[in-house]
Amino acid sequence: MVMKIMKNEANLRMHKNNIKLTKRQRMDEKMFLTFISPWLIGFVFLTLGPMLYSLYMSFCKWDAITSPVFIGLTNFYKMFFVDQKFYLSLRNTLYFVLFSVPLNLVIALGLAVLLNMNYRGRSLFRAAFYLPSVIAGVAVYIVWSYLFNSTIGVINYFLSFVGIHGPNWLTDPIWSMPSIIIMTTTFCGGAMLIFLAGLQDIPESVIEAARVDGASKLKIFLKIKLPLLSPIIFLNLIMSIIGSLQIFAQPWVMTQGGPVDSTYVYGMLVYDSAFRFSEFGYASALAWFLFLIIMSLSLIIIKTSSAWVFSESAQK
Amino acid sequence: MKIKSILAKGYFNKLIWYVLMTIFALIFSMPLIWLFLTAFKTPQQTVAFPPEWIPNPWTFRSFVEGFADGSFGKQICNSIIVTLLCLIGTLVSSSLVGFGFSRLQARFKNFLFIVLLGTMMIPSTVTLIPTYVLYSKLGLINTYVPLVIPSFLGVGAFSIFLAKQFFDTLPKELDEASMIDGCSWFKTFALIYIPNSKPLLIVISIFSFVGTWNDFFSPMIFLLDPDKYTLAVGLAMFRNQYGGASDIGPLMAMSLVSILPVFILFFIAQKYFVQGIATTGLK
Repeated sequence: MVMKIMKNEANLRMHKNNIKLTKRQRMDEKMFLTFISPWLIGFVFLTLGPMLYSLYMSFCKWDAITSPVFIGLTNFYKMFFVDQKFYLSLRNTLYFVLFSVPLNLVIALGLAVLLNMNYRGRSLFRAAFYLPSVIAGVAVYIVWSYLFNSTIGVINYFLSFVGIHGPNWLTDPIWSMPSIIIMTTTFCGGAMLIFLAGLQDIPESVIEAARVDGASKLKIFLKIKLPLLSPIIFLNLIMSIIGSLQIFAQPWVMTQGGPVDSTYVYGMLVYDSAFRFSEFGYASALAWFLFLIIMSLSLIIIKTSSAWVFSESAQK
Repeated sequence: MKIKSILAKGYFNKLIWYVLMTIFALIFSMPLIWLFLTAFKTPQQTVAFPPEWIPNPWTFRSFVEGFADGSFGKQICNSIIVTLLCLIGTLVSSSLVGFGFSRLQARFKNFLFIVLLGTMMIPSTVTLIPTYVLYSKLGLINTYVPLVIPSFLGVGAFSIFLAKQFFDTLPKELDEASMIDGCSWFKTFALIYIPNSKPLLIVISIFSFVGTWNDFFSPMIFLLDPDKYTLAVGLAMFRNQYGGASDIGPLMAMSLVSILPVFILFFIAQKYFVQGIATTGLK
């Protein structure tokens, strides 16, 4: 038994040093590849392959019936200089991201802080806040579109109690995107749970020490809890941005991109280009541009992260 | 006197907390409450304004009308089929791959793991069109294959990650003991690790179920026959046809039905939902 363990250790060390492998290690590697083969196959054929292919596609004109025709940078020229909908959809999408991401983060954090307070019945409230994000889907979007309805909608009904005459939410170009943003904030349950877990992970002794030193609750939150949460916030920020840049279903179901294209998002442009106008090359170009945006934004956030994200190793 | 004021402060905070939480909870729950109530209303009541909250009388007519032409029943079956298949696929592939990353050694393992994590950042839009073309060339459009195959091929990097994290927490002595007894890695995996992985399998199942059941985009793109539609797509199409504000009862009833499975699952397995999310966030 001991010999076997020692052999395993030696195995590990050898693998790390890239020394020529023994027969045993080659067998191990084969085993490894076998176990991860589903993912490997999926990665090559459903992720990497398609990505490279769509990159090539973005330089072609193709209607998926005849063969693709290489047209160089024409698609990109069309994107930046010809297509009205390009800037429109980009603007709509960025509008959505700019407001819903911070809003969701703040609300999720706020709710998490509240739920962290040890009062009875908090698991019931936790369920109430998390549930909407779990059932979120077409059915929920449909319900919300009726809540926002200007004639029979409950939201305007409630607003009238405080004397506000509610707008025609989904039929008013100014309020259509805000409506979707408002609805999306109720889906922050997942992030809330992650923040809550992060808060609960903070050792009580640290908080206690700060309290003994005379720090106010607010100071404790700002100087201790927030910094300790920052890695989690950081991760959540990136994933939220990536997710919301691709928004499609909500505007599709609720407003079909209207009114007056006010909720026509980038994802819809890609969809339309491919499936309505059969411009698969152009759609690929659009998709890759989105990918570039995502990569750049993520890089920016990662680069600036050392400034505001707490890291244990940095403490040394 | 001082004690009294301290006590009073404690009660005050408590009161504020409960008031705030109740208000927020009502806001978050309102859509569901309204949906539930409206599904049981008479036609006039569904579009009444000012809104009449409580159905009077309670009637099942919306459900009857909604199911009347049989298409919703079919869509529910379709959703069940697709969701179950994806569930199996995800369970099998994530546990296998996660186990590989957790227990087996290879020179490029760390590199591949980073690639795995990286795929979570790739927007689906980029791979969408070529995969559509691929399936089209294979004649697989309008079948369930494009919807189900990805889960068998580990496209859910999230679940793989969860599996690896979970297996990492199991003691390595398990493999050693089993190898001494002459078991291959496969046997070790199937007979020892899996039986001890109930929480993991439950969490993966939950997230796979919810993700597939609610999925709208993939079925919409890959399915052309209304007969094959899943619930999400069927509901959206139904809405486009009958969504006028004259009688939304059937629409609401069918929406309620489509939410029901996830809703029930949530209440049965809530702690697994929470655990699952918490573990991912804290990697």
